[in-house]
Amino acid sequence: MEAILETKHLTHTYSAGTPFERSALLDVDFSAYKGEYLGIIGHTGSGKSTLIQHLNGLLKPTSGQVLFQGEDIWSDPKRTRLTRFQVGLVFQYPEYQLFEETVYKDIAFGPKNMGLDEGEIDRRVHEAAYFVGLRDDQLDKSPCALSGGQKRRVAIAGVIAMEPKVLILDEPTAGLDPVGVESILGNIRDYHRVHNATIILVSHSMEEVARTVDRLVVVNDGKIPFRGTPREVFRHGAELEAMGLGVPQMTRVFHRLRELGVDIDPSVYTIDQAREAILAKLGKGAV
Amino acid sequence: MALKDITLGQYFPGNSLIHRLDPRTKLIAVALYIVALFLADFFLTYAIMFALLCLAIAVSRVPLRSILRGMKPIVFIAVFTALLNLFYTSEGPVLVQFWIITITLGGVFNAFFMVVRIMMLIAGTFLITYTTSPILLTDGLESLMGPLKKIRVPVHELSMMMSIALRFIPTLIEETDKIMSAQRARGADFESGNLIQRAKALIPLLVPLFISAFRRADELAVAMECRCYHGGQGRTRLRQLRYQGRDYLVLAFLLALTVLVGILGHMGL
Repeated sequence: MEAILETKHLTHTYSAGTPFERSALLDVDFSAYKGEYLGIIGHTGSGKSTLIQHLNGLLKPTSGQVLFQGEDIWSDPKRTRLTRFQVGLVFQYPEYQLFEETVYKDIAFGPKNMGLDEGEIDRRVHEAAYFVGLRDDQLDKSPCALSGGQKRRVAIAGVIAMEPKVLILDEPTAGLDPVGVESILGNIRDYHRVHNATIILVSHSMEEVARTVDRLVVVNDGKIPFRGTPREVFRHGAELEAMGLGVPQMTRVFHRLRELGVDIDPSVYTIDQAREAILAKLGKGAV
Repeated sequence: MALKDITLGQYFPGNSLIHRLDPRTKLIAVALYIVALFLADFFLTYAIMFALLCLAIAVSRVPLRSILRGMKPIVFIAVFTALLNLFYTSEGPVLVQFWIITITLGGVFNAFFMVVRIMMLIAGTFLITYTTSPILLTDGLESLMGPLKKIRVPVHELSMMMSIALRFIPTLIEETDKIMSAQRARGADFESGNLIQRAKALIPLLVPLFISAFRRADELAVAMECRCYHGGQGRTRLRQLRYQGRDYLVLAFLLALTVLVGILGHMGL
């Protein structure tokens, strides 16, 4: 598969040369493939936020490289800026960055900075609003008049309107109710499908990533100890727990079954997989 | 991001003698230090003050580099003052005379001592903020200003406001950093363009920052009221400030030094 975004030997040190010096990333080789839905998991302070801020050129590597479509994004300033439009980054609690008088203007901020013409901006704003489920009559409202969940949709639309090839979302569902979580994840899936974009979802909820992503990257202590399909990663249940990450409930049940001496596949992480594994174990095959 | 490197008022945790001094001692000591600095007159007295400053920095174990970095913004003021002193003092033998400019030996000395004085003033006061946590510092101030309560100065309220302001500086810096990153991710450009363009570019940063500052203030007020905060009356403290032996020693030492510098300075040394 073709890598769209890579890091090579990426190291980042905060406050170098002061008593607060701290390495957030150490020699990290990361890659995201074209069109995949990638999950990044890691607990607070593991370096995952530092990693994603390198992916669109917000942070400059202390050493190492970040490659977008095979080119070093720091090779010249124009490329760095271009990368920021091509690699969209939605921060945690993005609703706090809204500033314009109307929802429409706020979503248009990114496309306007790209230097697009009015017609194109208008098309993108409406399309982005549609993706995140905002109604047309909400576009003329002040962002302050919206509810928390709706504000977040506006903020996500503001990034989607730039039509990035890679969309990175840092905990997009934090603090939302279950219905809100489902609907935002659904919006992201739609964008993924329609634009054939690469999605990178940062989360600490195992259940959430297990359900949505094709591939998982685990960040811990500034390094990437595991990567692969959710099945491959969840096989390391014990190590993940030691990192304070935990595994989906279903995986935990199956790990426990193995501990109890039942010879069963421990990489199961959804209810469907669990049913199949149990039926296979009982020798009945799929029903 | 450069914002995180702002060191003004940044506390360096440590356990040196200076860290452990009572905050009131440190405040009084710095006041004495400033008085002495202004009493100093010539090489000997300035040398004594400089030795005192070096001793204090060495004892505090605050890296010299951090102190120097904090003094960077003052360089302009210091140079400006030096130039004024250089050109507008007419004492002693004339060294250079050119067009309307006259430089005298007295002017050179004045300029030099003024720069040294400003730098040492800043370095000395910085040392307090480097070695005292903001909370202790405001506690100390409140205690020192205690007598003003008699003439109805709301000392407690003022110091509470100060602690809260100090407490929220790092939070706001972090928030600024975050919002800046978020807007830069949408192509905002804070670094180029002329003055007006740059001022305009700040809108996407300032509006969310203000909104969040007000939101925080509101939440904090509610949280304080939930814990029955109602101002200073009858309020006791978790940490009681108490002078130790070392505090009296340091104060006596500084007082003696100030008197010494005052006498020597008066003699023009």
